[in-house]
Amino acid sequence: MNEITPASIGLSREDLPNSYIGRSVPRPNLPKLVQGRAAYTDDVTLPRMVQAAFLRSPHAHARILAIDTSAALQVPGVLRVFTGADLAKVCDPWVATLDHLKGMKSAPQYPLPLDRATWQGEPVVAVVADSRAAAEDGVAALAVEWEPLPAQLDMETALDPGAVVIHPELGDNLVFTRTAEKGDVAAAMAAAHKVVEATFLTGRHTGVTLEARSIIADWNRADETLTVHHSTQAPHMMQGVFAKQLRMEEGAVRVICKDVGGSFGIKVHVYPDEVAVAAMSRILGRPVKFVADRFESFVSDIHARDHRITGRIAVDAEGRILAFDIDDRTGIGPYSVYPRTSAIEGNQVVNLCGGPYDFANYRCTTTVVLQNKTPTCQYRAVGHPIATAVTEGLVDLAAEALGLDPIEIRRRNLIRDDAYPYTSPPGMRFEGLSHHAALDKLLAMVPVERIRADQAEQRKRGVYRGLGFASFIELTNPSPFMYGIGGARISAQDGATVRMDPDGSVVVMSGVTEQGQGTEGILRQIVAHGVGVPLERVKVITGDTQTTPYGGGTWACRGAGIGGEAALQSAIALKQQILVVAGAMLQAAPETLDIRMGQVVERETGRERMPLGELGRIVYFRGDTLPKDLPRELVQTRHFITKEYPFAFTNGIQACWAEVDTDTGMVKVLEHWCVEDCGRVINPLLVDEQIRGGIVQGLGGALYEHCVYDEQGNLLTTTMADYLVPMSAEMPEMHVGHVETPTQESLLGAKGAGEAGTAGAPAALMNAINDALRPLGARVTEQPFTPARILRALGTI
Amino acid sequence: MSARVEITLTVNGERVTRGVEPRRHLVDFLRLDLGLTGSHAGCEHGVCGACTVRVDGDIVRGCLVLAASLDGADVTTIEGLTDSGEAEDLQAAFVARNAAQCGFCTPGMVMAAADILRHHPEATRDEIREHLSGNYCRCTGYQAIVDAVEQTLVARRGDAR
Repeated sequence: MNEITPASIGLSREDLPNSYIGRSVPRPNLPKLVQGRAAYTDDVTLPRMVQAAFLRSPHAHARILAIDTSAALQVPGVLRVFTGADLAKVCDPWVATLDHLKGMKSAPQYPLPLDRATWQGEPVVAVVADSRAAAEDGVAALAVEWEPLPAQLDMETALDPGAVVIHPELGDNLVFTRTAEKGDVAAAMAAAHKVVEATFLTGRHTGVTLEARSIIADWNRADETLTVHHSTQAPHMMQGVFAKQLRMEEGAVRVICKDVGGSFGIKVHVYPDEVAVAAMSRILGRPVKFVADRFESFVSDIHARDHRITGRIAVDAEGRILAFDIDDRTGIGPYSVYPRTSAIEGNQVVNLCGGPYDFANYRCTTTVVLQNKTPTCQYRAVGHPIATAVTEGLVDLAAEALGLDPIEIRRRNLIRDDAYPYTSPPGMRFEGLSHHAALDKLLAMVPVERIRADQAEQRKRGVYRGLGFASFIELTNPSPFMYGIGGARISAQDGATVRMDPDGSVVVMSGVTEQGQGTEGILRQIVAHGVGVPLERVKVITGDTQTTPYGGGTWACRGAGIGGEAALQSAIALKQQILVVAGAMLQAAPETLDIRMGQVVERETGRERMPLGELGRIVYFRGDTLPKDLPRELVQTRHFITKEYPFAFTNGIQACWAEVDTDTGMVKVLEHWCVEDCGRVINPLLVDEQIRGGIVQGLGGALYEHCVYDEQGNLLTTTMADYLVPMSAEMPEMHVGHVETPTQESLLGAKGAGEAGTAGAPAALMNAINDALRPLGARVTEQPFTPARILRALGTI
Repeated sequence: MSARVEITLTVNGERVTRGVEPRRHLVDFLRLDLGLTGSHAGCEHGVCGACTVRVDGDIVRGCLVLAASLDGADVTTIEGLTDSGEAEDLQAAFVARNAAQCGFCTPGMVMAAADILRHHPEATRDEIREHLSGNYCRCTGYQAIVDAVEQTLVARRGDAR
């Protein structure tokens, strides 16, 4: 644990004017966003830059017999055409497995396939031209001769005898399976007062970042460096990937990540078309740009959450949970996605089911299989919305079977707030959670009595409204136990360098990245707080592997908890170094001095002694006047990694108030609440809206979003008119509250908040819909809860 | 491809003349021919609203308008709106309320919200939501955006009284 305490360094949240932690201050990068002055990857233009477009497989599974490029090469503006064989000369394939996922297997994947396409939308041939339009003209002129092959689409039959084995060398379509077992589930079920069972579907959906995946790769033969402008969450990871696959030293690759137009996990994976762009630049020796269009995004961005889950819950007569018994199956497409793998989502379901509750007997199996659809991988709140929907759906069914109020059954079973540290049946270790405090806070916000009265009144008039609850846990601040121990070069550590310049201003360079969640905003607050300067004096630099300390970037809610702590520690170190210099200049003991609002002051009295700009002037320009042996490095770097717990779990609870139109099957969310505990809240304004955005993303998946395939494996939802996303008119007013249980692993005490909204919203909505439909004897457990599914549940159609 | 069409139009108060391919849509014309990268291409089929700009006083989808059809038109983009100061209070409200996260939708959202300020100064919260429902934001949950627009409307109504 950390020996530095807030008191020991004179920090508190209240007593200093530059105590910014916990304050709702605006983000520094907002003015450019609202004025249209941001710089996304597609806004970057380089000399001699060319554009790439891809011919994508029209078949779910087909052999490539021949590729005729002659007509394409005649198209005005077209420069080159690349096939899989062309790129394999400079680029090695990758295999996405993790050693700690026992028995996991997947097949080698090339930037463009050598002889076979395995999903509709897979990039197969690349055309490079002087404009994107010309490149698309070139794609239209390509002639590919295909031999369509039988496709394995249904995950339920993927392991049956007679299934199409997508990669014959693997033997079968099984990627990974794991069972977690604790206690005696069979005995608990046999002895239970009630056992309730249900099957849940979570519809395959995708991220729909408004800025599509974008990349410019620029191989410079003169200095033998590859510079990649990339819309990514993880610049350092991608630096390593490009270097390894293209057979270069990591130091020869620089990844620059300017503004990113949304990520949500979509932009933390290795995509074959993006590696192809780097390989093409390596061959051409000039910059190549590729920006996916919306059709390409739908067929080639990772999908997620394609799960069927059958679950049973056993309860005693008092409503105490005795056991969960869960079977999960998921189809992940034809390849596990590099380097995080596509087995993690199923693994998370095993880790997280039953998570908020205190119970003894647990069995959960996930079975991860291949299929000829777009690959799936980690997307915001990986596995959480699935586990929460299953858990909370079963808890509500148990309450119904017992005649218990949904709030009461949760109160009886949520892990007590004084029970920590606590280890859950599948082995997750919780440092400190606050389920009961969160429930109490939620009930102070949700007018339950008024809602129940309204519900009864409305029912008399044939209007069906329901109130649903969902408790959840969220995995944040990951350690190397998530990926590193499995052999992936994914950094769980992160770093920050903080320096003071001659004018007394401060620059922080961080390995965590900004995609809109406010990373740069909170880093500025933390560093201003830690050094003791006004916010405006701090500049934040992220997203450049050449200038920032090595780090993991953005994933699994780690920006504030890991990157923020590294920034705080380096800011404190810089402050201490400044005070050593100031002590020498002012002939005072450093510990009698402090820095407040950019001034060196006497710690006791607050009397101003010297502005930092004066200290900077002396150090940088008149170092001759300082004692010869005085250390004067006004720059400090610290790294941070969690060591005590594999993950910092957070918790929370949501409530959803919704109305179901029983004639049309349409659902209207009327109001939504969330109380969550992400430890120290650094900026309530940012956290609250991030929670709301997460809720809306969860509601979108639960109500509208669905990647629908036809029987041949063609994706039918490839426009935003077919794949519906939540818009402002459909979305409710949302109320957000917090309980703060800081992690003791860091001085800052922050955990992650970015996935909490998405983790719980689908389950809360499902329970609200089922609460509304209960008098009609109807129930839905298959997401998305479309009008057709609701009308079928009602027996109307 | 086919022969270029010469157009002369006013963009952000400046007269420009260019030869454009008939298939060039307005947002590509703004971004690629004029370097106005504040307008974004999000879906290029008229759903997401990231390319929202003003043409002859009304907001349009820049991806559904062909540049070749705009000879003589008066186009305002986020850059022009900003330079004019017309929506300075709205943009300040977006900043104060954290009504943008990744920012990719934001220029289009600001253009659509500025249209509310011009044409619907009495808009209610529900009407604001309805008016902005053609602009997709994946990050915020919309509430902060609605708050920022509502605060600006209320402040302007207060100023007018």
